[in-house]
Amino acid sequence: MFKRIAFSVNAKAFNFEVDIRESLLEMLRRLGYTGTKKGCGVGECGACSVLIDGMPFDSCLYLAVWADGKQITTIEGVAAKNGELSVVQKAFVDEGAVQCGFCTPGLVLTTTALVESGQDYTRDELKRELSGHLCRCTGYQSILKAAEISLQEHSCSCVDSPHHKQPAAKIEER
Amino acid sequence: MYDISGYYEAETVAEATALLAKNPNLRLIAGGTDVLIKMHSGQIADAELLSLRKIKSLNTIRKAEDGTIVIGAMATFTKVFNDPILREMIPILTEAAISMGGPQIRNIATIGGNVCNGATSADSASSLFALNAQLKLEGHQGERLVPIRKFYLGPGKVALQPGEILTEILIAPDDYQGFGGQYIKFAMREAMDIATLAVAVVCKLQAKTFAEVRIGLGVAGPTPLRCLEAEEYAKGQEISAQTVAEIGKLAVNSAKARTSWRASKDYREHLVEELVQRALKKAIVNAGGEELV
Repeated sequence: MFKRIAFSVNAKAFNFEVDIRESLLEMLRRLGYTGTKKGCGVGECGACSVLIDGMPFDSCLYLAVWADGKQITTIEGVAAKNGELSVVQKAFVDEGAVQCGFCTPGLVLTTTALVESGQDYTRDELKRELSGHLCRCTGYQSILKAAEISLQEHSCSCVDSPHHKQPAAKIEER
Repeated sequence: MYDISGYYEAETVAEATALLAKNPNLRLIAGGTDVLIKMHSGQIADAELLSLRKIKSLNTIRKAEDGTIVIGAMATFTKVFNDPILREMIPILTEAAISMGGPQIRNIATIGGNVCNGATSADSASSLFALNAQLKLEGHQGERLVPIRKFYLGPGKVALQPGEILTEILIAPDDYQGFGGQYIKFAMREAMDIATLAVAVVCKLQAKTFAEVRIGLGVAGPTPLRCLEAEEYAKGQEISAQTVAEIGKLAVNSAKARTSWRASKDYREHLVEELVQRALKKAIVNAGGEELV
C-alpha cells in the first residue's frame, strides 16, 4: 500500500508516494540523506534524530507517511549553503566533541533545536535535553561543553536567570 | 520496513469510531512509541493501523468551567510537561511526564497511548491513579466514563472494548483542589529508563490531621495500583513522623511486587515503604503543612 505525501527536507520540496511500511529513517536514507544514522531502531540511542518542524524526533519510530506536510531538517541542512559550519557545528569541532561520529548528527541537530528555541537552559536542563542521545565513545563531557558554548550567546546574566545561579551553586558543591 | 498491511487516517473522532466499527481488526496508533517497537520485535505482525495523529481535537489540555481538568488523549509528554495549567494544578503529573524516556520520545509519545498500552511501568499511571482520573472512552454507539482503577485489568490488558477510543482524561476538582502532591520515580538512570518503582502521593490536610491521602504505585504489581489500606488508616490521623511511617508500612500490604531482572520483590517492597514516606513528607509541605523532621 502506498500513500502520496508532500514534505520538505532541508527546504527542498518533495511530493511522491511512499510505502506505508517505511520509517522516516528508511525514507531519508533512501533519498540520500545518509547523515541520519540507524542505530538501535527502537528510540533508545538517538542516532537517527532529525528535526521535524524544528523539534527533535527519532526518525526510526516515525512512519514516513507522518511526514506529510512537515518540514524536516537533517544534518545535511545545518551548515550554510556555501559550506560554512553553523555555530553548533563549530562548537562541536572546537571542543573535539566528535569521536567515532555516529551520534554526532543527532546531537548537533538537538543542540541546534535548543539554540533556535531562544530559551535559556541550566546545565541540568541541558543534560536532560541531550539525554536522548547515546555516545558509545562516552565523550559526554566535550559534548556537553560544546552544547554550552553553542548556547552561550543565549545565556543572560540577570540575577533571576538560571545561568546566574549556576556558578554559585557549583561553588557551594565544592 | 514495519510489518504493516493497511494504514488509515481519521481527522475526527467520529470518523475514527466509524472506521473502527467497520473494521474491528484495526489497531490504533497514536505516538507509535509502543506500537512500532512491538512491531520491531515481532510482537505485532501484519497490522492494519488506524492513525489518530490527524485528530486535532484530541491535542488540547484545558480546564472546564466546573474546574475539571481535561487532557486530550493525544497530548504528548512534552505538551503535558509544558502545560501551565497542569504545572500549577497537578505537578505530580508534569513531573511524571518529564521523567519518561528522553526528549525525542516525549515529543511524540502521548499520554493516552501510555495509559492504553496497559503497562504497570507507565510513567503517567501512578499519578493518574493518585488523582482518581476518569477516562472518557468513545465508540460508534456512544461514550462512557471509566475510573482509571477499573481500566487496568492486567499486564498489557485494559478495559477498552472493541471499537472504543480513549479520547480524554478527566480530573475532577474535588480530586485535586486543596491537595499537595509529590511524584518519585526510582530508576537506575535519570533519563531513558523504565521505573524500578514509581510513587505518586497526594494529600489534603485539616489543621494538624490528614483529611485525605491517596497513594498510587507503579511497578509494584501487575498493574498500577492504589494503597487503599494505608489511605483508609491515614484519614483523620495526626500528621507526625510515626503516622507517616505507619502509612509506609501499610502501603506494602497493597503492593503485589514480584522479582524481575530490574529488582527483587523484597527490594521493591523496601522501596514502597521508604518512597511512600519520602513522597508523603514532601506532599505534606506542598499541601501547606509543616515539614516533619
